[in-house]
Amino acid sequence: MLPRFWRKIKQRYNLIATKCENCGTYYYPPRNLCPKCRRKSKMVEVRLSGKGEVLSYSVVHDVPENMKEQKPYVVALIKLDEGPVITSQLVCEPREVRRGMKVKAAFRRCGEEGEAGIIYYCTKFIPE
Amino acid sequence: MRKVAVIGVGQSKFGELWDASFRDIVLSAGIEAIEDAGLEGREIEALYIGNMSGGRFLAQEHIAALIADYSGLAELHIPCTRVEGADASGGMALRQAYLAVASGLHDIVIAAGAEKVTDVGDKAMEILSSGVDREWEVFNGATLASLFAMMARLHMDEYGTRAEDLAMVSVKNHRNAVKNPKAQFRREISIDIALNSPYVAEPLRMFDCAPVSDGAAAVILASEEVARKYTDTPVFIEASSQASDYIALHSRRDITTMDAVVFAAREAYKKAGIEPDDIDVAEVHDSFTIAEIIAYEDLGFAEKGKGAELIREGVTELDGDIPVNPSGGLKACGHAAGATGVRQAVEIVLQLRGDAGERQVDAERGLTLNIGGTGATAVVTIFTR
Amino acid sequence: MKGGESKGGKIGIVSYGTYIPVYRIKAEEIARIWGEDGETISKGLGIKQKSIPALDEDTATIAVEAAREAVSRAGIDAKEIDAVYVGSESHPYAVKPTATIVGEAIGAGNDYFAADLEFACKAGTAGIQICFAMAKAGMIRYGLAIGADTSQGAPGDPLEYSASAGGAAYIIGRKNVVAEIEATLSFTSDTPDFWRREGQPYPRHGGRFTGQPAYFRHITSAARKIMEETGLKPSDFAYAVFHQPNGKFPTRVAKMLGFSKEQISPGLVVPYIGNTYSGSSLLGLAATLDVVKAEDRILLVSFGSGAGSDAFVIKATDAIEELNRKPGVWEKIEKGIYVDYGMYVKLRRKIRMA
Repeated sequence: MLPRFWRKIKQRYNLIATKCENCGTYYYPPRNLCPKCRRKSKMVEVRLSGKGEVLSYSVVHDVPENMKEQKPYVVALIKLDEGPVITSQLVCEPREVRRGMKVKAAFRRCGEEGEAGIIYYCTKFIPE
Repeated sequence: MRKVAVIGVGQSKFGELWDASFRDIVLSAGIEAIEDAGLEGREIEALYIGNMSGGRFLAQEHIAALIADYSGLAELHIPCTRVEGADASGGMALRQAYLAVASGLHDIVIAAGAEKVTDVGDKAMEILSSGVDREWEVFNGATLASLFAMMARLHMDEYGTRAEDLAMVSVKNHRNAVKNPKAQFRREISIDIALNSPYVAEPLRMFDCAPVSDGAAAVILASEEVARKYTDTPVFIEASSQASDYIALHSRRDITTMDAVVFAAREAYKKAGIEPDDIDVAEVHDSFTIAEIIAYEDLGFAEKGKGAELIREGVTELDGDIPVNPSGGLKACGHAAGATGVRQAVEIVLQLRGDAGERQVDAERGLTLNIGGTGATAVVTIFTR
Repeated sequence: MKGGESKGGKIGIVSYGTYIPVYRIKAEEIARIWGEDGETISKGLGIKQKSIPALDEDTATIAVEAAREAVSRAGIDAKEIDAVYVGSESHPYAVKPTATIVGEAIGAGNDYFAADLEFACKAGTAGIQICFAMAKAGMIRYGLAIGADTSQGAPGDPLEYSASAGGAAYIIGRKNVVAEIEATLSFTSDTPDFWRREGQPYPRHGGRFTGQPAYFRHITSAARKIMEETGLKPSDFAYAVFHQPNGKFPTRVAKMLGFSKEQISPGLVVPYIGNTYSGSSLLGLAATLDVVKAEDRILLVSFGSGAGSDAFVIKATDAIEELNRKPGVWEKIEKGIYVDYGMYVKLRRKIRMA
């Protein structure tokens, strides 16, 4: 996983999106190719503000092994101000979450490759 | 394109098959199908097998070669191909087999689906999550259930679908499975039990989620001309269609609609020259109860947002206008990833032949809907007598 | 030891940022578990409660959040930050720097000096001295010095009441200085008052030995020396910030040096968030900078076990009034979510899992 994680550090730490200058659409997670424009794509990197709102959410009880400590946790579909919808853990009390809630990016640990392995850091979201 | 018929079907029991290996269960389904068709075996010209993840469940790739070997097809050196599309693998394998016959390339082809998930212990759920976006959904904390749960949340908020409606889908499918000897769960449940079961990912509870099962199924397809040599009751594939969509839920146009299903269904109806109303029975992909309700809408049985009305009014019960999941569906018959799409076809064929025993419905035309992940792949197949 | 006096233009703090995790546990709650009297302990240590990191927080995430706030308030392009130093005694890795994680997370690019520092609770102020020197030498445009920790206290040990989590980040440079570093020096000796051996989960300390031979000796020596070299008296300072291992030591050393309760009060955060180790004096400084006016002088003296004190004479400039200083440290201190001891040990991973 190491090179695979490392390759996207820039995009995970800082919500570096791509924008197709041909049609003006923002893509996060970033894409190399605009699905609408295909060959006419003109992709450039853009850093997003990290602000958005909750489109939908779920409180996860049946958690994967690596998330056992955080059970139950909230996962959400977040619509970023610039347009893209992303999937992210939302760090807040399960009873606090509401659709439409304003959220912002936070820098957190996302996991590790075991006790002796590398630590994954990424962007999660917290209430504004 | 020639007309294609199903001349034989077979299916293993679905469930936790501790005594059976992957090779055992595939073979049991295949042999049942061959016997049902009245073949010896050497008539088969090609094999397509749907299997989601032999690599992670069994540390085995080259699945088609393995099955060709075990089933004696390798002795005949016929072409064998594994097809993969998460839990749409079975439906996709069926479609590939259909195309092979319809195009005139082969006269008799077997389409199978198989998955052995119980040898990996509790790693199964994590492996099944490889059907969604690993980098940007799973890495960010999403589980397969939580993705469907987020669809459910929106569907409930926007259209008034209730937890009770989801529970009713589960109750129906469990009741149907009582009549299906091959089903994993054959006991009725009550709405109360469903509504009080522990949460998996809110708002979805344990009884809203299909189990993770071992299982295999097989169908034998033949051209119309050849079919009539083997059976007086061929069941024809009237239409076969498949569609794709963005793999991640967050990329979709509308979170409460599976565009791939809408697209594939529309294509299939058009090819068959029919309307949704003309479907008499359906096996749909209830990996989660909300998926069945959304399927009602995306298949055109109900208007967008009104799927819950069908279950509330009993329209999709065995004795309703359009019985859905008479086998018990993924929830009660069991969900064996790559096998499911073919198992659905087996059920529809049995129904159309009149061989469905206690769960027989009155039907001339049936439909199967097999989905991959959260809707990135959809395969719709329409069968008719 | 010569005080580093800056000639030819002000060098100092351009911006600062802080981060304190939201979970809190009261001293009484810890006392309840260990059969001690909560009120007595609380009064004795001068600590009412402390901060606890969430399961997905660590020194790196705290350092990043503080740094991002500093960069945002400074309104500079992070690529102009030419040095990043992170001081901590709870770096996430024993080998692999926190500084590069911070550098990447703020978008510093690739052209910057970087290293991690360790000097118990004064690793953060050591970083400030390094950045100050590099700025003075003209090697960097801006330097980022961070002190952050998620320190652990052994169960049942007095340190369990104080070891907490938090951090502060300082951007040091020559342009738009909001608080000039007029002088800095260090008093250092080999005094093992508090230590942690490689591989050990919890630190050990010398009990009462950590007082006079360690904390008090080094802080008073550094403070007196810097006041002597700059010719300043306690009354020349609007505020003073001393390292805060508990609520008593800083109050006592202030008195010893001739500073009043009012002078140290805005910076005395330890009763409410505990001892954030490398973040301790730097959070105290931030809380003080939140309220200073132009021309106010601050005496900052940190202390790191092992042992040493870094002393600074800091003077606010006119530009401090234009800096966005909200949300302030006290505002963040007030945002607490209280947990019980069971949740505390789970959050601090003191439970042996399968």
